[in-house]
Amino acid sequence: MNPNFLEFEQPIAELEAKIEELRLVGNGSEVNISEEIRRLQDKSIGLTESIFKNLTSWQISQLARHPHRPYTLDYLRRVFTDFDELHGDRTFADDAAIVAGIARIEGRPVMVIGHQKGRSVKEKVRRNFGMPRPEGYRKALRLMEMAERFRLPIVTFIDTPGAFPGIDAEERGQSEAIARNLMVMSRLRVPIIATVVGEGGSGGALAIGVCDHLQMLQYSTYSVISPEGCASILWRSADKAPDAAEAMGLTAGRLHELGIVDEVLPEPLGGAHRDYDQMAERVRQSLLVQLDKLGSLAPDELVSRRYKRLAGYSNVAGKPGAE
Amino acid sequence: MSGGNWLEKILPSVRKGDADSRRASVPEGLWRKCPRCDSVIYRPELERNLDVCPKCEHHLRINARTRLSLFLDDGPQSEIGADIEPVDRLKFKDSKKYKDRLTAAQKDTGEKDALICLRGKVNGLPVVAAAFEFGFMGGSMGSVVGERFLRSVDVCLENRLPFVCFAASGGARMQEALFSLMQMARTSAALQRMRDAGLPFISVLTDPVYGGVSASLAMLGDINVAEPGALIGFAGPRVIEQTVRQKLPEGFQRSEFLLEHGAIDMIVHRRDMKDTLHRLLANLTHAPLPAA
Repeated sequence: MNPNFLEFEQPIAELEAKIEELRLVGNGSEVNISEEIRRLQDKSIGLTESIFKNLTSWQISQLARHPHRPYTLDYLRRVFTDFDELHGDRTFADDAAIVAGIARIEGRPVMVIGHQKGRSVKEKVRRNFGMPRPEGYRKALRLMEMAERFRLPIVTFIDTPGAFPGIDAEERGQSEAIARNLMVMSRLRVPIIATVVGEGGSGGALAIGVCDHLQMLQYSTYSVISPEGCASILWRSADKAPDAAEAMGLTAGRLHELGIVDEVLPEPLGGAHRDYDQMAERVRQSLLVQLDKLGSLAPDELVSRRYKRLAGYSNVAGKPGAE
Repeated sequence: MSGGNWLEKILPSVRKGDADSRRASVPEGLWRKCPRCDSVIYRPELERNLDVCPKCEHHLRINARTRLSLFLDDGPQSEIGADIEPVDRLKFKDSKKYKDRLTAAQKDTGEKDALICLRGKVNGLPVVAAAFEFGFMGGSMGSVVGERFLRSVDVCLENRLPFVCFAASGGARMQEALFSLMQMARTSAALQRMRDAGLPFISVLTDPVYGGVSASLAMLGDINVAEPGALIGFAGPRVIEQTVRQKLPEGFQRSEFLLEHGAIDMIVHRRDMKDTLHRLLANLTHAPLPAA
């Protein structure tokens, strides 16, 4: 099995391997096999299209966690210029699971904050698999408040399995750190645009996700609990994760239908990891549109609009009005 | 309950292990066993003692209505958002349908959802008080909980009232998926409005408070108060143990642990709760205190 491809992509992997083989043979022989290669490449595209047309929620969950999926720093390099990373919560530590700093997008200064996963084993550990501790959320909060002081719009990238469930995180107030971010973000007088680029894991994602515009990449997910976690509680078996993924409706498309997500950004064929540049360009374009739109709102209007958005996330029956 | 001995009456629930949470709403005999010290306590005596074990001071779980009746004065009270009911928008189904779970919880508890909000008085001071019903799907927070919480805040803002919330919850309600996650943001944003208006919010943490409720409204009190020995945290102990593969320290995530780590302001015994909260609220709102 080719580790660069997920299980459901293996037919594509086999075809790609065949193409690669032909190329090698072609290099050494005089026979012109470029025609055959082109034919197989078309076939590979067709196969990818047909597989990706009908992905299950569970397959999308796997894509959202694909080891080659672009992470926050990959977008930072492509979407922004003049980035200076800023570190630390000024109280305890710098949490590498969240990267943040000031950058420009088409000449405009913004505050960028995002979860960061690692690629190599060493880097994964250093980034704690993208699971922030309280100091990560407090760094984010410090910089968001700074952004407000200097009228910088806030752009966040969400990609985390969740807030870190560890003894130290509990000791330093993981709950409070997340809760405070939710509260303060609701009143910040600058635009906040959140993009879910990979895994939107529960409160750990939301803690940098209260916003004026919520967009998701086509194959990203956003959920209250991981499919495995949900399955092990409600089905009493983590093997039921595919069922849980389906039931929770955690995909961008479904969440857009439900009215929680404002916009879905289409991914390149085969997923964002097949073409970082193309994906980044789409993200850049969407951010520019929103920065223009939200930038035209007066701060009071922005804050009251944000509250109305939040208040609208509700499914209840019964009379309106307080008492 | 005629015939048989009293042991038979308590045995089935003792065997269940999670009896503590269930028994609050299910009357089953005259005796109850303390889940901490195993003392068998005469039920009327336990009730006189506010469901605190007279032997070991363990604070047993109590249901939302009992909680609020212990806290609020007798006299006129009005319920906020009483007619609001949950809607199963996602048609969620695991081993059971969410709709059936709701119906069962409603039948068991007599409540429509897991948060009860009342406007009333505490020692004469007008307040809004909310309490989570842990017996209703583990006090989990979905849209109805969020909606009632927001409406309670609206009542506070309109009438310039303080707000007190007694939390007891396993976290967000998974069956409402991302809508339940969004209740964390909604309730936290509502509390920001209380702050903007200069109105106090006291959060009382009672056993247990976890996940999405802990990481939103419950930790956002101007003053955070806990009952003794309550379990409070972001992640559950089992999840942490599996993640870090370490044994959890003694007393981990108990109220006393949180006090020591600076997460809460004070631990208050159930019998002192009403007067303590009244005193705090009166001081924060410059209201008169009764002469000593």
